[in-house]
Amino acid sequence: MSKVLVVTSGKGGVGKTTSTAALGAALALAGQKVVVVDFDVGLRNLDLVMGAERRVVYDLINVVNGDAKLAQALIRDKRNDNLSLLAASQTRDKDALTSEGVAMVIEQLREKFDWVICDSPAGIEKGALLAMYHADLAVVVTNPEVSSVRDSDRIIGMLDSKTAKAERGDKMEKVLLLTRYDQVRAARGEMLKVEDVLEILSIPLLGIVPESEEVLRASNLGSPIVLSNPASAPARAYADAVRRLQGETVPMNIPVDRKGIFAKLMSWRVA
Amino acid sequence: MSLFGFFKARNTAPVARERLQILLAHERAMVGGSDLAAILREEILAVIAKHVAIDQEKVQVKLDRGGSVSTLEIDIEMPGLVKN
Repeated sequence: MSKVLVVTSGKGGVGKTTSTAALGAALALAGQKVVVVDFDVGLRNLDLVMGAERRVVYDLINVVNGDAKLAQALIRDKRNDNLSLLAASQTRDKDALTSEGVAMVIEQLREKFDWVICDSPAGIEKGALLAMYHADLAVVVTNPEVSSVRDSDRIIGMLDSKTAKAERGDKMEKVLLLTRYDQVRAARGEMLKVEDVLEILSIPLLGIVPESEEVLRASNLGSPIVLSNPASAPARAYADAVRRLQGETVPMNIPVDRKGIFAKLMSWRVA
Repeated sequence: MSLFGFFKARNTAPVARERLQILLAHERAMVGGSDLAAILREEILAVIAKHVAIDQEKVQVKLDRGGSVSTLEIDIEMPGLVKN
C-alpha cells in the first residue's frame, strides 16, 4: 500500500527540500521504493540537492501535458536504485500545473512506488495546495523561530481544509519535523524549545534535526545527507524519523555531531 | 590521510561552485530559447517517427549536461525491422 507524503511549511528556507531528499533517501536505504517529486515550478531545487541537475530531461509538467511518459521523466538515483526523482519545470510558470494533471501523475506514481514524497513550494498558493492535495500524511517542517511557527500553523489549517482527505471528511495526519534546532541555545532560553513548539502547534513530533554544518556540506555535494554522511547528527535524526514513519517506536533524542579534537580546536579558534 | 587530504575532503564549496557554474550556463542559454539538447531531441525523434512508428514507452532519453561537453543519449526500440 503506497503512501503519499507532503513536505510542507508555509515559510521558505526552513529545510523542506533538504528534508525531502533526506527522508526519501533514508526510506530508500530501508529498502522502500521511493520517488521524490518537486512541486516548485519555476524555482526547482530538489534536482540540485539530489545531485541530478545535469540529468533532467523531462519534468512534472511534461508528464502532465502528455509530452513525455512518466517512465521517461523519472530520474533514477545513481547511488540508490530504490530512489527516483521527478523534477519540476524550470521554464514554465506555475499555472501550467492543473489539478487533474497532478491527480493523474500521483495515481501513476502510487502504482510504481511505496512512497511518493511531494516537496512543496513555500507559500500558500496554487503550487503548495497542489502538492498537499493528494497527501495521506503531511510532514510540517518548522524552525524554532516565531515566523516559521506562525506559518506552520497556517499550513496546518490548510491541510485540515484544502486537501482531498479533508474534503472527504477524513482526518489529515500531520507530523512535525523540527529542523535547525540548537539544543544549547534552547537550554539557555535563547530559542524556542521543542516543548514550546509542540504546545503551540499541537501535532505529534516526527523528529528533531539539529542545526549542523553538515547540511550545507551535503547540499554543496548534491547528496542527501543520509547518503553523504550517515554518521552525522542530522542524518541520524532523519534516519530515526524514517523509522517512526514506518511505524517503529524510536526514543526521541537529539543527535549531536561527534567532533574530533582537531575540528573542535578549529571551531574554537574561529569563534 | 595526510593533513592536505583532510582539508581536501572537507572542502565542499569548490564542488558547489563548479556544479552551479555548469548548471547556470545551461539555464541561461535555455532562457534565450536555445536549449540545444531539447531541440536535437525533438528533431531526432521526429525524423525517426517519419519512418517507423515509435512507441513513446520504448524511448529513453538520457542527458548529461557538462561544462565543455554534454552527452545526449536516445535509446529507441524499433519494431518490425526484420520480417519473420
